[in-house]
Amino acid sequence: MSVLVFVDNKNGALVKSSLEAVNYASTIASAKGVDCIAISCGSIANDALEVAGNYGANKIVNNATENADNAQIAQLISNVVAEQSASVVVFSHDFSGKAIAPRVAAKLNAAIVSGVVELPNFENGFTVKKSVFSGKAFATYKVNSEKAVLSLLPNSLDVATTDSKAEVISDNSDLGISKLAFKEFKKKGGEGKIDLTEAELVVSAGRGLKGPENWGMVEDLANTIGAATACSRPVADIGWRPHHEHVGQTGVAIRPNLYIAIGISGAIQHLAGVNGSKVIVVINKDPEAPFFKAADYGIVGDAFEVVPKLVEAAKALN
Amino acid sequence: MKILVCVSKAPDTTTKISFTDGDTKFNETGVQFIVNPYDEWYALVRGLELKEKLGGSVTTVTVGGAENDPVIRKALAIGADDAVRIDASATDAYGVALEISNYAKDKGYDLILCGKETINYNGAQVPALIAEFMDMPFASQATKLEVEGSVATIECDVQGGTEVLEGNLPLVLSAAKGMAEQRIPNMRGIMAARTKKLEVVPGSGAENTSEVVGYSLPNAKSECKYVDADNAEELINLLRNEAKAI
Ligand SMILES: Cc1cc2nc3c(=O)[nH]c(=O)nc-3n(C[C@H](O)[C@H](O)[C@H](O)COP(=O)(O)OP(=O)(O)OC[C@H]3O[C@@H](n4cnc5c(N)ncnc54)[C@H](O)[C@@H]3O)c2cc1C
Ligand SMILES: Nc1ncnc2c1ncn2[C@@H]1O[C@H](COP(=O)(O)O)[C@@H](O)[C@H]1O
Repeated sequence: MSVLVFVDNKNGALVKSSLEAVNYASTIASAKGVDCIAISCGSIANDALEVAGNYGANKIVNNATENADNAQIAQLISNVVAEQSASVVVFSHDFSGKAIAPRVAAKLNAAIVSGVVELPNFENGFTVKKSVFSGKAFATYKVNSEKAVLSLLPNSLDVATTDSKAEVISDNSDLGISKLAFKEFKKKGGEGKIDLTEAELVVSAGRGLKGPENWGMVEDLANTIGAATACSRPVADIGWRPHHEHVGQTGVAIRPNLYIAIGISGAIQHLAGVNGSKVIVVINKDPEAPFFKAADYGIVGDAFEVVPKLVEAAKALN
Repeated sequence: MKILVCVSKAPDTTTKISFTDGDTKFNETGVQFIVNPYDEWYALVRGLELKEKLGGSVTTVTVGGAENDPVIRKALAIGADDAVRIDASATDAYGVALEISNYAKDKGYDLILCGKETINYNGAQVPALIAEFMDMPFASQATKLEVEGSVATIECDVQGGTEVLEGNLPLVLSAAKGMAEQRIPNMRGIMAARTKKLEVVPGSGAENTSEVVGYSLPNAKSECKYVDADNAEELINLLRNEAKAI
């Protein structure tokens, strides 16, 4: 018996959202008194793989196939499920998890609950809570199948680490040929820019900024505190900002530790993509702006006066 | 090109979420339903564009009861040729995907296009489940799709950027922002939709593997703490020392 967890890698390292999933899987494994085994695919160094142990994995099985597609990785995982007679497979509900986890569930005849935000409860069978309605509510799902696939919403649980290293096991099985061949990776934004979906801090601005030429101060603030930049939908639609910065119900959903919203009214569709942020700061000249109801900290004032002051104060901290 | 677009209904994006029956059911009273935006704006419109360029047909498929018919008519008004509704009450994505797969197998679709997720359950499950049930390649959260002959070139959102992929049809794809531009149905489309075929087929009795047993709402947010605009620097201090966020 064991609990399995898939870990994605980028630039030779295991990705953060996957490591959160490892921690989640290992907590389930401890509760059940079984091993937590991580699975990875791609050519990465052993010492980078061992890091899964810091987050609670006992072992990490790695298949060195490069650029495997979701069907191949699902095959790898279901092989390991069979070898280890695993009953629970955990993913992060991130890009890779969304592509692979359902395939694994279909292979295993297993229930899949995606975007879970709490540990499962085994008191009454198997129930687990997930985020629904774009963060506006939670649903508790009951798993009716023998096996279960869970994917954890990124940045939703605290992570505990230790010094343990995971034992690395090479899997040399042939994953067959990819039917959806990888051609090229294009990095988002400029070199050195922080990726929005991974960012812990985000500075975002909306139509209140009047025009694209005024984003300098937003970028200054973001750079000073080490944040990624985001925007409201109309701003991306009119082309003031690139589409990949659009957050909200129909854009990217993010859950950073800090979200600073400048000149954004706080429409329900915008909130739906950012309401999972730990701390929300709203800067708006209209005291009635709905965003203040969702804010932890607020400044009622003109962004053109307030933001430069914030930049100065943040610089003074560094 | 034979294209199948999976269309689901979702509560209007401004809906206030509440529950009934001891918090076990979503309260639909007064709720306006729309076509799930990812299905309508991106999957359906890209399907139509490809049909316009390469010829063929666009059929929509929806799993659920007659309460879905208004959103299916909307998809027809935007330009789908015909629609199928699989009359089954699936309680989870697994059941929905199995119904669609059972229906679509043997029908020779070149492309099965879905939205990247429904905005009510945010599952992002149905498309990849269909791909696995039908043993097809799957492009997740695609922002671009071009087809030349039998080869598709696709761009997908991935961690930190986009990936360019290439594969042979048939395949399953889930569409994200960037794939196409929203189309507003015109009067002619709306009139034509009334007479387009909406075929209702019985479900195949696909099993479910999970069910919702209860709903809850997040804890109310504590009051907003205001900082005076004249003293904006204080905010940075609070974020560092009180919220410990920077
Ligand atoms: C189906 C659907 C889906 C949608 N999805 C999304 C989505 O995913 N994401 C999203 O963001 N929107 C989405 N929207 C749009 C959403 O409803 C709002 O229209 C949008 O979020 C508003 O953007 P905004 O706040 O930038 O602009 P506005 O609503 O125009 O607000 C501008 C704000 O700036 C303030 N302001 C003006 N000048 C200043 C100044 N000098 N200093 C400080 N503040 C100032 C104003 O008081 C105002 O509150 C969606 C809409 C629909 C119908
Ligand atoms: N009941 C349904 N009928 C048809 N298609 C659906 C249904 N539910 C979901 N889909 C499709 O699957 C996509 C992802 O849904 P989900 O996995 O529920 O987030 C949606 O954007 C639709 O394209």
